[in-house]
Amino acid sequence: MLETIWFLIWGILWATYFVLDGYDLGIGSLIPILGRSNQDRRVMFNAMGPFWDGNEVWLITAGGVTFAAFPKAYAVMFSGLYTPLMLLLFALIIRGVSLEFRHQIESDTWRRVWDWGATIGSFVPALLLGVAFANIFMGLPLDEQGVFQGNLLTLLNPYGLAGGVLFVLLFAMHGALWLTIKAEGDLQQRAARLTRCLWPILAALIAAFVVLTVVFTNLLNNYLANPLMLILLVVPVLALILLRRQIGKADWWYAWGLSAAMITGLTLFGVVGLYPALLPSSIDPAFSITISNSASSTLTLSIMLGVALVFVPVVAAYQYWLYRTFSHKITDRELGQDGAY
Amino acid sequence: MDVLLLSRLQFAMATMFHFIFVPLTLGLSILVAIMETQYVRTGNELYKRMTKFWGKLFVINFVLGVVTGITLEFQFGTNWSRYSEYVGDIFGSLLAIEATVAFFLESTFLGAWIFGWHILSPKMHVTCIWLVAIASNVSALWILIANAFMQHPVGYVLRNGRAELESFFAVISNGFAWQQYIHTLSAAFTLAGFFVMGVSSYHLLKKNEEEFFTKSFTLGMVFALVFSVVVAVQGHHHAQEVTAIQPAKLAAMESLWETHDHGAPMYLLVVPDEAGEKNALELFGIPGGLSFLAHNSFSAPVKGLKEWPKEERPPVMLTFLSFRTMVGIGTIMPLLCIWAFMRRKNLTATPRLLKTMIYAIPLPYIAIEAGWVVAEVGRQPWIVYGLMKTADAVSPVATSQVAFSLIALTLLYALLGAVDIFLLYKFAKKGPVAA
Repeated sequence: MLETIWFLIWGILWATYFVLDGYDLGIGSLIPILGRSNQDRRVMFNAMGPFWDGNEVWLITAGGVTFAAFPKAYAVMFSGLYTPLMLLLFALIIRGVSLEFRHQIESDTWRRVWDWGATIGSFVPALLLGVAFANIFMGLPLDEQGVFQGNLLTLLNPYGLAGGVLFVLLFAMHGALWLTIKAEGDLQQRAARLTRCLWPILAALIAAFVVLTVVFTNLLNNYLANPLMLILLVVPVLALILLRRQIGKADWWYAWGLSAAMITGLTLFGVVGLYPALLPSSIDPAFSITISNSASSTLTLSIMLGVALVFVPVVAAYQYWLYRTFSHKITDRELGQDGAY
Repeated sequence: MDVLLLSRLQFAMATMFHFIFVPLTLGLSILVAIMETQYVRTGNELYKRMTKFWGKLFVINFVLGVVTGITLEFQFGTNWSRYSEYVGDIFGSLLAIEATVAFFLESTFLGAWIFGWHILSPKMHVTCIWLVAIASNVSALWILIANAFMQHPVGYVLRNGRAELESFFAVISNGFAWQQYIHTLSAAFTLAGFFVMGVSSYHLLKKNEEEFFTKSFTLGMVFALVFSVVVAVQGHHHAQEVTAIQPAKLAAMESLWETHDHGAPMYLLVVPDEAGEKNALELFGIPGGLSFLAHNSFSAPVKGLKEWPKEERPPVMLTFLSFRTMVGIGTIMPLLCIWAFMRRKNLTATPRLLKTMIYAIPLPYIAIEAGWVVAEVGRQPWIVYGLMKTADAVSPVATSQVAFSLIALTLLYALLGAVDIFLLYKFAKKGPVAA
């Protein structure tokens, strides 16, 4: 029971990370497309300004919880996916410093360097997270010792790549929607137009990904056993449909919320399909890393649950405060403030 | 080169690089919070300018601490997966608690602080920097509790082929953890004090913004004076605890080869000869000196390295030299602080002090890095003292993978570190925005 609760928390933490840092990664990826002038790019950077660091901590927490609640899954996942995780790490490092360094020196060359740093440092994590999770859904080549029998190319299979592209587009949509909230004038118009262009592509890709999931993975088995659970798929699909309507109405906060629901729904759909495995083995299902063969002791899981039940709501409360306090548009006055990117 | 050696090099590089930036974060966050509190209480614009100037340096330094911290969490899994599996029940939960309890707080409120000057009320704004300061210091506590489990594992039971938590209270009340915490924190505060004194000295020498930098210097000086004394005195007690818990580490720190049953001497000058299992040179001996330092008694027995088989001894030369470096600098720093304290009324009339303080900026950095080398290298060959060997902890990954990540990470860090230090240098030299 405790293991199952932690499995769900594990999934929710990843979903939260995708929702919160997803728009940062999306905005970063869109810099070459939407950031025509230095002014545009400054607005894009400042749209993430007060938030990105707090958002990234959800990744640290998701990783930390994997370590704490399912140490064997953490060990197998991080060592098995060694090279992609290192690339993810390099990219996130470059993203972080790019945001902080760009505005320090008034020089076009300097800014261009960090614009590219932010772009690559955002695009690569989006892609890699998608590739990694799609491969986890499909199963990793894990032997009976939990040793990963493959390499980076093993992960770049059609389904893995489809997952990568899906994440890039999901985050791009999510980021563009955040910009419609934070930007003004021409940049906002272009971000809005982009969401309208992206929608059909994203809709087609989600449909294709669901079909590919049925073909390539065993995620559906859990749903066939409990058809009621398919409601998890209804959430993202409904959110996707409503999203088009709200984009049409230019109701941007609502639209962003729907995009968040879509990302959450898709993540949880995948994660619940995995249950009780965290890392299924494609070599033999008996080699899979599951909640029962990888979980921490009951004592650790209980203490951690106590910590989570007390502190996660507190974190949610003060992050909500942060978002409320800084929900305003990035105006010229904003850009003139001390500390602005 | 094998996976083990490459992984160790990578861990050492990533951790030492991370710790170039973290100590300043720990100490400067508090100093900036004090400055802003003064501003909010007095309304004196000078304190606001101090907050902004030192705050900018704080933020530039902070970002590298944050981004390089992710590496540390990741690499337990990527490079030390067998370790992670073996002790994750305890160690993993400490890292997860750190993120949940402290890191969120630090990151969220730093964002609010940087962008909130014109949005938040002054009281709310200063609260944000205090939360950042408190959270980063609480964060250090959880990390050091985790490290202390590697140094002196407590509160666990071996079950199901791994170390499982038996008493959470024992883990968090581990005396070794609290010793390390006080030691690391007071060292970090000393470092921040020296940083502020050094940068202020540069401007005072140029007679630039004298009031601004005299106030800054004095604040840094008080901080460094208090904590450089704390770190030295408490460091002595910490070493006594190391003697009791990790006697092989102490023997390596002192390069003591033979066991002395009745009083071990302390030599001021020693040249270890690791291959010959002796010291090539021992000069200026104090009879019973080491026994006294380690046990408060000139005749107490002290174990020498030969008590342990060769494969259970830590590398002697590195541990010994790092320890001497740390202690040497740790002795100089309080003296420098006392000198600064005596001249506090006429700083600008003492250019020699000011010049010295500029060049003293690297000293606490070197001492802190050396201290961690003593702690981590001196623990070898164990990753968890007495429980798991480092060689048994490494991940089953390919040599090429680790070689690639080590090279890439080193290049990336060298580049970003250079840029960051350049920015710190540039803005420290530029001085505060005119009133």
